[in-house]
Amino acid sequence: MQRKRNKKAIPPFAIKDCALIAIATGIRAQNLRELRDRLMTIPAGSIYYHFWGGLMTPRLEEPEFNNDFAAWTRHALHDHVLAERLAVIDPTAFPDMETLRQELIEVIERRLDEVEMVPWAKVDHQFYFKRSKIVIFNTKKQISDPLMLSTIMPTLSRGSIFYHFIDARRRSPEGVDDFSAWLMSFGEQYAALREAIGAIDLYFTTLAEIRQRLSSLCTDHLGRAGA
Amino acid sequence: MKGIKRYADIAGKDVIEHLRQLAALLKGKRVVHVNSTKEGGGVAEILEKLVPLMQELGIDAQWEVITGNDEFFVCTKSMHNALQGNAIDIPEALLKVYEETNARNAERLREKLEAADIVFIHDPQPAPLLKSCPKRHGKWIWRCHIDISRPYRSVWKYLSSYVQGYDASIFSLADFAQQLPHDIFLVPPSIDPLSEKNIEIDNKEVMSVYQDFGVDPDQPIILQVSRFDRFKDPLGVIQAYHLAKKFVPSLQLVLAGGGAIDDPEGEAVLTDVRMSAADDPAVHILALPPDADRTINALQRGADIVLQKSLREGFGLTVTEAMWKGKPVIGGDVGGIRLQVINHYTGFLVNSPEGAALRIRYLLSHRDRLQAMGEKAREFVRDNFLITRHLRDYLAVMVALMHGVEERIELG
Repeated sequence: MQRKRNKKAIPPFAIKDCALIAIATGIRAQNLRELRDRLMTIPAGSIYYHFWGGLMTPRLEEPEFNNDFAAWTRHALHDHVLAERLAVIDPTAFPDMETLRQELIEVIERRLDEVEMVPWAKVDHQFYFKRSKIVIFNTKKQISDPLMLSTIMPTLSRGSIFYHFIDARRRSPEGVDDFSAWLMSFGEQYAALREAIGAIDLYFTTLAEIRQRLSSLCTDHLGRAGA
Repeated sequence: MKGIKRYADIAGKDVIEHLRQLAALLKGKRVVHVNSTKEGGGVAEILEKLVPLMQELGIDAQWEVITGNDEFFVCTKSMHNALQGNAIDIPEALLKVYEETNARNAERLREKLEAADIVFIHDPQPAPLLKSCPKRHGKWIWRCHIDISRPYRSVWKYLSSYVQGYDASIFSLADFAQQLPHDIFLVPPSIDPLSEKNIEIDNKEVMSVYQDFGVDPDQPIILQVSRFDRFKDPLGVIQAYHLAKKFVPSLQLVLAGGGAIDDPEGEAVLTDVRMSAADDPAVHILALPPDADRTINALQRGADIVLQKSLREGFGLTVTEAMWKGKPVIGGDVGGIRLQVINHYTGFLVNSPEGAALRIRYLLSHRDRLQAMGEKAREFVRDNFLITRHLRDYLAVMVALMHGVEERIELG
């Protein structure tokens, strides 16, 4: 009875899809000092794009580095040490983009203090700062029962996973993903599932892997096919 | 929706639904594309497809072409080369022709352009039209298809005085852009999977094309399709072939490109290529006519490996075409090839003929890897470089501009 009442009151979960439209800022860096300087003033949206946008841009799964700063440092500046230090920065560990910006600058400045020469890139390997606009599509699919999550999850596009699991944290004041936020409306009934979803390491992974992890968790906690 | 529906089987139903949702916000809007040629060249090729697709989605899309005399095109050709980095000073007299030609075209097009909701101006040729349309009420977008990352400064300074007034620009890659006082959207080019150059064709036809050119389809074939241009490094390809052939004696090389008519430099390169190939019967140099799309399609499908060993490259749509046909590509580590050839996944990026030879040998002796890379390459193109994605990006740019969207466009 309790569940039936909840189902009536709680709005269904509308599945969305999304695409990113990339925008060049026209700002570039050719050496490490320039990268540091540009990072001081670049809009926060650009830092977000270079950490998260890669998940949605043309590339194959399992890239060597999860953020563009680390990849550029490795492949254009050939500074392996700094690349590793930048690669390990986990954006989810920072409360906002400004704190993340400060961490990036700090790591780069420490490296500038260590090296005798400022590492530089060839002219056709400069770092181009970008940002993006997000286009959100309505798939017209929705579910009203959490049990349906285990059925629908494996069918979601990468864009849907990005929107509901990555982008959601930027949208919601609590900084949580859409699935957890929706499950929260059902009270403690799905607390264990929410906790398991919250434990997914969303940065050092890919959208396909996140989808697979979410699907497995939903099946484990809710059973197969929403039966 | 007959035309667009044909793409659903290839790109997926969701993709078509996304187009429909975006287009709903642009229904009935007047959109005018302006370029300088109705046929020939990549821009005309893509507009020929995109404009009818926009119309089918309910947008009042039109395509206009500016006209000019020989002097005008001499000027814009010089401008094109200077913007790509050649130190070419354009005489004042030619710039005057450029301005007058645009002013004359503006007389003819003004009413339509000023009434339009969105105007796409393609490349530098019609860029000054904006200044001749002071009563424009729509948004104007400069769509630059060329690499202007390192332009000859005086020519860029001249052109940018026209371009700065636009509401937005679109470039193919961030690397190709210049700083401008408006949003610079990044929209990579695309291929049309239903065009003659890319449509599925049966194996019988593929075999027959190879046999017509005297190439044995049962022996290993490497192929490069490109103009006979030094930046495409056909001599480097021949060198790579010679190095690889020592280990794969049955290897055959096909170099297929446009004819060298009216292009003295192209003719000289073609002569060098023929000399370098000497009398090797396994090297086939094919000077194809401009309308040989279906032949190129067959050549790409029948090759084991496709090369694009460019020393400089814009986007490199021949790479996209080959990948779409399930071929791994060995490409030069330059320009847009880097965006498509994901090293060790969809092919290999190389910096020398030796590097290309090594990868040819590797792939021919690891057929399972060759096939797996080819399959990945095709899926990569399906996800990123089909015309449907191109259209989606254009629609999104239009929606963003018309609705003054800062960051989020929510549809449906």
